[in-house]
Amino acid sequence: MTFRRGVLLSAPAVLFLVAAFVYPFAYGIVLSFTPKSGGPLANFTVFLGDEFQRAAIGNTFALAVPAALICVGLAVPLAYRMRRGIRGERALTALLVVPVTLGPVFIADAMLFYFGPVGWFNRVVEALHLTSEPVRLIHTYSAVLLAIVLTAFPFAFLLLLGYISGIDPVLERAAHVLGAGPWVTFRRVLIPLMAPGIATSFALTFVLAFGVFPSAVLLGEPGGSTRVLAIAAYQAAYEKFDFSAGSAIALLMGVLQLGTIGLVFAVRARLYSGARGGKG
Amino acid sequence: MTEQRGRRGAVEAIGRALFVAVLAAFFLNLFAAIATVIVNSFARTWFGGWFPDGLVTRWYGYADSEFGMVDVLRFTLVVTLAVAFLACLFGVPAAYVLARARFRGKRALVLLYLLPMLMPPFTYGIPLASLLYRAQLAGTLPGVILINLVPALPFVILVMTPFIEQLDPNLESAGRMLGASPWALFRRVLLPLLVPGVLTAALLVVVRTMGLFELTFLVSGADSQTLVVALYSAIFGAGIRPAQAVDAMAVVYMGTTLAILVVALRFVSPTQMVFRVRG
Repeated sequence: MTFRRGVLLSAPAVLFLVAAFVYPFAYGIVLSFTPKSGGPLANFTVFLGDEFQRAAIGNTFALAVPAALICVGLAVPLAYRMRRGIRGERALTALLVVPVTLGPVFIADAMLFYFGPVGWFNRVVEALHLTSEPVRLIHTYSAVLLAIVLTAFPFAFLLLLGYISGIDPVLERAAHVLGAGPWVTFRRVLIPLMAPGIATSFALTFVLAFGVFPSAVLLGEPGGSTRVLAIAAYQAAYEKFDFSAGSAIALLMGVLQLGTIGLVFAVRARLYSGARGGKG
Repeated sequence: MTEQRGRRGAVEAIGRALFVAVLAAFFLNLFAAIATVIVNSFARTWFGGWFPDGLVTRWYGYADSEFGMVDVLRFTLVVTLAVAFLACLFGVPAAYVLARARFRGKRALVLLYLLPMLMPPFTYGIPLASLLYRAQLAGTLPGVILINLVPALPFVILVMTPFIEQLDPNLESAGRMLGASPWALFRRVLLPLLVPGVLTAALLVVVRTMGLFELTFLVSGADSQTLVVALYSAIFGAGIRPAQAVDAMAVVYMGTTLAILVVALRFVSPTQMVFRVRG
C-alpha cells in the first residue's frame, strides 16, 4: 500500500475523531481551567473544598471497586468450571448477553418494581416468612451495586472464559503428573496464566461501574450515598448551566479512571510477569 | 486412596452445586424482573397481590399518545442505522490500513482509535455537548448521530482490523498481477470478502447504539430522543404517568433490542458480541 493511499483511507476516521473527540476533549480541559469566576483552579478547589461535592469521589469508588471485585470474584470460579466446555454453553452465554444488551436503564426499570415493596421479590420473602417487614432494596446503595453487577458480570465472565479456554489443557495434566492437587494447580498454574485476563476484566468492569449514571439516579440515593461523579458532573453542567464546572468534574472523572486502570495493570505486571497462556 | 478420592468427589459436588446455584439465582431474579415489566405493561392496575387485576392492551396506545412512542422508535431506527452506516464507511478503510500497512506512528494512531473507549463517556461528552449546543446541533438528528458516532467508529475499527488481518493478502496480489485496477480490485476481490465482517460489525453497532444512554442523553431534546433516553425520562418522571405506560415503553424497547440481538446471534457467538469479531 502506498503511503498516500494509506493516508487517504485513514483520513475520514482520523479527521472525524480529531474533530469530535480530540478537539472537544482539549476544549474540555481548557474549559475546566477557565471557570466562571476565580482563578484557573477555581473549579477544582470549589469542588474539592465542598464536603457534599467531594463525597462524589468516594461514592464512585465505593460502588466501582466492590462491583468489579464481585464480578471478577464470581467470574473466575465460574469460568474455571467451564474451561473445558459444558453442555448448553452457547445457550448460557447467549442468555448472559441479554442483560448487557438491555442496558442499565431497562434493568433499573425492571428492578424498581421487582425489588420494590410490593414486588415479587418481597412477596416471596414475605411468603417464606424470612423477614417481618419488606426488605428495603430500591433507592439504596445495594440496589445500584446489584444493577451494576447484573450488567457488568457478563462482560467479566465472557472475557475470562475466552482466556481460560485458551490455556493449553496439557499444562494442567503436567501439573497433575508432577503431583499437584487441583487447588495447587489452580493457584500456581491457572491463576498466573489468567492474570492478564483477570486484570483486563477487572479494568473493564471497573470502567463500566465508574461511569454509572442512570442506575445511580433511578435506583439509588442520588442526593446521598450514590451521588457519583457522573451525577455531580451532570448537575453542574445541566442543572446549574455551568459547563465549565461540569467539564472540570468530568475531567477529574477521566483522570481518576485512567489512573486506576494504570494501577491495576502495574500491579498485574509486578505480581505475574513472563509466560502468557491465554489468547486475547 | 479411596478416602482421598471420596473427598475430592465431595469437593467436586459442592463446586458443581455452587456453580448451578449462583447462575440459577442470577437468571431467576433477572428473568423474574423482566417478566414483571411485561406483566405490568398489560395490567389494568397492579397495586398489590401476586398478579394484576385484569389485563388490557391500552397502555401501548397510551404510551404512543403520551410519549410519542412510534416517533421515538422511528427516530431511534434512523439514528442507529445512520450511525452503523457511517461508522462502517469511515471505519472499514481505517481498519484496512491498520491491518495491512506498517508505518511509523502506527501506535499513536491505534491510541487515537482506543482513547474514546478508555474514557468515561461524560469526560468528552460534556464538552462535546457544549460545543454542539453552541453550533445549535444539540437536539437535532445530526447532533445525536454525531455524538453516537464517537464510540461507534473506534468500535468498528477494532472489530474489523483482526477480521481483515485474517483475509489472505495473496488474493489482492493475485488480482493486481492479473492487471486489476485499484477500483476493480476493491469491487471484485476485497468487497465480497469484506461483506460478512462489515455486516456483523454494523449489526453490533446497531445493538450497542440502541442501548447507549449517556451520550444521547447529553444532547437530546424533546423530539430527538432515542428509545432508551425516552424510557429514562419516563421512569424519571414516574408518578406523573401510570407505571404501566412506562413499562409498555420498556417492553417496546426490549422487543426491538432483543429482536436485533437474535439476528446478531445468528452471525456471531455471544463472546464476540461483547468483544470483537475474529475470523
